[in-house]
Amino acid sequence: MVDSILFFFEVLVGGLLSGTMYSLVALGFVLIYKASSTFNFAQGAMVFFAVLSFCGFMEYGMPFAVAFIAVVFLMIIVGLLTERLVLRPLMNQSEDTVLMATIGLGFVLEGLAQAKWGVEVRKLSLGIGDFPIPWIADNLKLFISALDLTAGFVALGMIVLLTLLFKYTKIGLGLRAVADDPGAASSIGIPLKHIMLLVWSTAGVVALVAGMMWGARAGVQFALIELALKALPVLIIGGFSSIPGAIVGGLLVGAVEKVLEVYIGPFFKGGIEAWAPYMLSILFLLYRPEGLFGEKIIRRV
Amino acid sequence: MKPVFMRYTKNDIINFVVLLVIGFLVVPNFIQSDYWYTSILLPWLCLTLAALGQNIVMGYTGQLSLGAAGFMCAGAYACYNMMLRIQDMPFLGALVLSGLIAAGLGIIFGLPSLRIRGIYLMVATLASQFFIVWVIDKFGWFKNYDVSGSTTFQKIFISGVAFTNGKMMYLLVLAIVIVLTLLAINMARGSTGRNWMAVRDMDIAAESMGVSLLKTKLQAFAINAFLCGISGVLYTYTYLKSAEPFAAFNISLSFKIMFMAIIGGLGTISGAFIGAAFILLFPVVLNAIGNNVFHGMIDATIISSIEQVVFGGLIITLMIFEPLGFAKLWETLKQKVIKTKS
Repeated sequence: MVDSILFFFEVLVGGLLSGTMYSLVALGFVLIYKASSTFNFAQGAMVFFAVLSFCGFMEYGMPFAVAFIAVVFLMIIVGLLTERLVLRPLMNQSEDTVLMATIGLGFVLEGLAQAKWGVEVRKLSLGIGDFPIPWIADNLKLFISALDLTAGFVALGMIVLLTLLFKYTKIGLGLRAVADDPGAASSIGIPLKHIMLLVWSTAGVVALVAGMMWGARAGVQFALIELALKALPVLIIGGFSSIPGAIVGGLLVGAVEKVLEVYIGPFFKGGIEAWAPYMLSILFLLYRPEGLFGEKIIRRV
Repeated sequence: MKPVFMRYTKNDIINFVVLLVIGFLVVPNFIQSDYWYTSILLPWLCLTLAALGQNIVMGYTGQLSLGAAGFMCAGAYACYNMMLRIQDMPFLGALVLSGLIAAGLGIIFGLPSLRIRGIYLMVATLASQFFIVWVIDKFGWFKNYDVSGSTTFQKIFISGVAFTNGKMMYLLVLAIVIVLTLLAINMARGSTGRNWMAVRDMDIAAESMGVSLLKTKLQAFAINAFLCGISGVLYTYTYLKSAEPFAAFNISLSFKIMFMAIIGGLGTISGAFIGAAFILLFPVVLNAIGNNVFHGMIDATIISSIEQVVFGGLIITLMIFEPLGFAKLWETLKQKVIKTKS
């Protein structure tokens, strides 16, 4: 009995922690949505692009820190080009048009990354193993992966940082103003271009961190894109415009899919993880279309 | 209600007859190599149907949907099981029934569209993609407990005539595509299509004008799934011949079909044909360039990456400059030619 309860907790904690990885991907999405009301479908591709470039730079013999900074600069350039070439010409277009354009952007990024760095699966070592932490395993009899725990802390750190940035800095104030009404914000002198650039670069950095966590777990490969797609149900559950929502949504999705997979999966030969998040998001959509923390959408004729 | 056939102009009918002559007389007489039929014309016609469905739900009704491959999978396996389990099941009967089964699934998975739109809806339709394919893959019954995991689809016989070589299959698929396209054109031109477009342009306004959102949206989803289901049957029976659900009907096929609809032109019927042709032919052309101009110096993986970049870039460009896609570009070009002539 005690064993089975312990096992349940182990599954639950494992799910919650791996859910933070979804949160990390979702975070980049929320950032861009908050600042520009753009659904950036390319966020998953940005994760892939960033971490593959990181691996590529490391293979050129760059040390860890240098490669990290190089990718940050690369993502800033990507953000700059996206703003200039995709978003600015599409200003004042309908949401769906911009969404489709970002789907295109995702394909461009995936293609570019693979054309430059190839398609083989790469191993990424962060110096943190994907094995149970001995101390917790001995004392609490819970097997929790060190990588999961690190990802959890990294996600937590990111949220705190971003929340502080949004709430208490002048840049954050500008960001919120632009999110509220881009026209009014630019007419009182908030530099729209700089804000957009900043947001896309931050989203790029978040993508890189998310990609490194995922890469360390599953290898740096094309399948990451499909994993990143699961950030979408996370966002629906949490709400598109809420940073805490991304985290709670991620935790919920991670926990539910792990528990279902472990307890119900064996009856169906597994694979429930592939669709559970989407079904969960449909359930949420029926009861709370704006998500747990989202703002209510009001539409008028 | 007046029959909508009356609205066709003389030009429409001339164009239609010309296309019929090309499709049924010129092509079978001039193209003899089986490669053209089995590798280019058949997948093109099959996927055109799916793109047509995608276009109806996305281009005409404005509901973003990303689950075409799921419905194709449902159609293909419905047909497989009917042919397998029901004695003397005629192929065409199984084909239509499979389409209807897919349409039923389309209605179920279209239900979220009544409450949500845009990317929310897209995520909900992703559920259909992953769920349907998962069910078919995990429950052995659908695949007749084949241990290899892959399914070999039956050969097509219609009243004793075998449709097994490329040319025969092409003629069969072409006939089906023409019938379904005519139906789609009629619906798009009639009151059904007007309702779709009203919902697309502003659903709340449409509702207050008396258009039933429930009926219109679910109808579009059902027709989309019906076309995708038929497309799935033809795609597996004539082109793939044997398939594994997860490999053949993955998310990238759904993306491909979505791109066909976007690149061809949202809200146009001809766009489905143009888009499918472009998405299928561009990689072939790119490979030919890679092999003949650069003599294999470029890696195949790089070529497929370039393909992705081009598709993505093209979508961005079209969204910025011509959201109505190639079909509209073609129209504009025709107008210009006519103007310079006169």
